Amino acid sequence: MTVLQAAVLILVVVAGTAIVLVPDPLRQTLVLAIFGFALALLFFVFQAPDVALSEIVVSAVGLPVIILAALRKISEQTARRESDEEGSE
Amino acid sequence: MSFAPYAAAAWLFVIGLYGVVSSQNLVRTVLNLSVVQSATYLVLLGVGYRHGAKAPIVADIPTNSRLVDPVTQVLVLTDIVIEATVIALLLALVVQAHNRFGSVDPADLRALRH
Amino acid sequence: MSRRVRLALFACAGPGLLAVLLLGLHGLPAFGDFHGVYGLLVDRIEPHVRHATDIVTGLNFDLRAFDTLGEEFILFASVSGVALLLRHLRDEDDEIERSRSLAEHRFAGASDSLRLMSLILIPLLVSLGVYLVLHGALTPGGGFQAGVVLAAGPLAILLAGRYLALKRVAPEWALEAVDSAGAAAYTLIGLGGLIFAGVYLKNFLPLGTSGHLLSAGMMPLNSIAVGLEVTGAFLLTWTEFLDQDVIVAREEL
Repeated sequence: MTVLQAAVLILVVVAGTAIVLVPDPLRQTLVLAIFGFALALLFFVFQAPDVALSEIVVSAVGLPVIILAALRKISEQTARRESDEEGSE
Repeated sequence: MSFAPYAAAAWLFVIGLYGVVSSQNLVRTVLNLSVVQSATYLVLLGVGYRHGAKAPIVADIPTNSRLVDPVTQVLVLTDIVIEATVIALLLALVVQAHNRFGSVDPADLRALRH
Repeated sequence: MSRRVRLALFACAGPGLLAVLLLGLHGLPAFGDFHGVYGLLVDRIEPHVRHATDIVTGLNFDLRAFDTLGEEFILFASVSGVALLLRHLRDEDDEIERSRSLAEHRFAGASDSLRLMSLILIPLLVSLGVYLVLHGALTPGGGFQAGVVLAAGPLAILLAGRYLALKRVAPEWALEAVDSAGAAAYTLIGLGGLIFAGVYLKNFLPLGTSGHLLSAGMMPLNSIAVGLEVTGAFLLTWTEFLDQDVIVAREEL
């Protein structure tokens, strides 16, 4: 276990714990992107470049777009529901 | 020191599970689930590693050099892309639940059923 | 059950789970001390038997192609689920028609530099994606990673603030066609293995010289099929999520 591997492993554990402790889903998405990048770095130093490539593209591009679009849709549904309630009062 | 990746994976698994159990927002539940999934990737890749071995790509190194196990890498590789679409499915469910019940709090979903 | 009860239950179960996990993982061989027979055998014989220099792709699309078939259809099923769930919400069809009369939509934050950067990114991403698909058997790459990179190309149009242009470049029927074509192509290539070599998904094309683009038999074809499917799947998921809130929200401006 080289020093580099140990350092990146510590980074991964810290980022993973940070995701759980952040309260807001929007900020969690950003921490998730950072966690994905740290995980890709870990896969790279574990001699798995295919897996690192896959992790980078998914957690930097694939997931944040989906999560942000879902959050936007939820906040918009809330706004529409509130305006409906105000209109019916 | 040789147990460190497995210990890290076990920690990520339990802390992710704690996030799933304790969250008050369904979107947070889904995101914490992805932390649990990365714990499994860590275990799989940790099992397949060999000391002083290179990546299993022989385009520029001699074919009889010491290489890492490729089978576990195949499992993790496809799993990462599939995970993204399964999280998309879960988030679509969350959006639908919010549309019907007006809330993303798991406790509220139960109350409104009555 | 309420949050407090859940947390109380986890306070007992969590540390127990952690202890059991650590105890169980202790039984594994030490990190770096790999003893598995199958992996080492594949490492040694795969470049000679299948002429693919990327052993991971060789496993993915040839030696263990059946597992990839299953994974591919998990992807297909989840994307169908997303489409099913989110199209049901689309009851504002007339609003979408009205918004199509607005020629160009601009997001408030899309400055000129962002649009220029997106314009530069699109050909880069598409060519990188095509490179990764075709070189799956030679270097790190293959259908799964390349599919996401290819899907990110049209997404750059969204970054430039032109969502309707994205809808014109990648309309829904085209994305569905691409997704299904990829899934069907993979299955049919396997059928070719059944017809010409007697075993489903067995490599039946000439193997060529390793290191060349047209080598390793049916691996590039499988890679292209999976790349098409993943591209279609991701673009479909993104547009399903983005559709209603972008188009309907712009209407209210």
